[in-house]
Amino acid sequence: MSVVGGFPVLAGVDLDLSAGEIVLLTGGNGAGKTSLLRVIAGLAPVTSGEATAFGYDLARPPRAHRGRVVFVGGDAGCYEALTVRRNLELYAAASRQAPAELLGAAVDLGLEVQLDVPFGRLSTGQRQRCALAIGLARRADLFLLDEPHSGLDERGRDLIDRTVVDAAAGGAIVVVVSHELERARRIATAEIVVSGGVCGSKKEIS
Amino acid sequence: MSSSHARLTAAGFTSQIATVARKDLEIEARTGVAAGRMVPFAGILVVLFAIALDPDSGLLPRLAPGLFWIAVLLSALMAITRSFALEREHRAGEGLIGAGLDPAAMFLGKAAAIAVELLTLELLVGSTMVVLYEVSRPGAVIVAACLLLASAGIACAGTLYGALTIAGDGRDSLLAVLLLPALVPLMVAATRAFEIAVDVGTGTATTWVGLLGVFAAIYASLGSLTFASLIEET
Repeated sequence: MSVVGGFPVLAGVDLDLSAGEIVLLTGGNGAGKTSLLRVIAGLAPVTSGEATAFGYDLARPPRAHRGRVVFVGGDAGCYEALTVRRNLELYAAASRQAPAELLGAAVDLGLEVQLDVPFGRLSTGQRQRCALAIGLARRADLFLLDEPHSGLDERGRDLIDRTVVDAAAGGAIVVVVSHELERARRIATAEIVVSGGVCGSKKEIS
Repeated sequence: MSSSHARLTAAGFTSQIATVARKDLEIEARTGVAAGRMVPFAGILVVLFAIALDPDSGLLPRLAPGLFWIAVLLSALMAITRSFALEREHRAGEGLIGAGLDPAAMFLGKAAAIAVELLTLELLVGSTMVVLYEVSRPGAVIVAACLLLASAGIACAGTLYGALTIAGDGRDSLLAVLLLPALVPLMVAATRAFEIAVDVGTGTATTWVGLLGVFAAIYASLGSLTFASLIEET
């Protein structure tokens, strides 16, 4: 994948990522990490310059691009009035997966007791787990995870890490933004520092 | 490429439409937000019309068809606004489309849910008007066809224009400005058909009912084709 940009907040970004990599993006608040993830996901506009991912023009990303990319961060993408189970079933119908796949991911992330609780009544951490269950259960080539550890307890964080490692082992690319640096570096294969909207060079993590 | 974005079969497309419609109706059944706004609003309009036009003047039975559709159209704005507020909540609509939901299925599913809500409202408002305005009992077939097609037309046009307000950055007020003028042909056709059904109008009701069908078909096609680009632009 390559991203070549000329974005208002992301000038001169150039990334080349390979299948199976887990790349940690680090940098201070406002450095442009989340903006970069949203641009790659096709969720933020490219107002000038060029940006491509998987060969698709990110200025007008086609549906095929969205099918290959999962972005988890910020908004959970769930309906407050519906239970966790119904939200997962909706996503299963949208992505044409068996509901059991998403329900299984939610159970793995510790949401078994909350399956029949409306999403609006979940705690911040439980909402985060629900969003991760929806995202990580999807079959995708690129996972973009914005602060996946936030709001989770130790067990939840371990589960996320295992799921990320499994996804990469299956050939997916995972890009993680996390302020839990010590934990994230344990699973990352490379790290890139973003500063002032500019990406530094990729450093391998042994 | 992920299978979730591969081409849908007709059965898969229909299933996604049903999923979206069921989702919207389930949320409405759980929260009652749209009904809690639409029903009192339509009820107040019906009573205000009656007070303003003096029940003893004999005008109410003659004007009832037009007043009925004005009350329905104004109340429909609330159902449409609520429908798109749901999708703004935690960017859920964006999430579902990102996961592989066909935007056309989202359009038709949302329109179907709005149409069901409108039909329920129309039955309540219509029954109230028949009693309160002393309207003669209308022909059931014409009324049923008119209600179904007009509800479908309002819902499809409303969902199309509602997509413009999905970003929610103060554009909600634009919905009425854009949608109501677009619904004038529907309102005229539905009113004429109703006038004939309650014996206060002349002509052939089937012509007007046919026009309602054409209107609904045009907006259903237009929405299915353009909904994806509309929600991406907003």
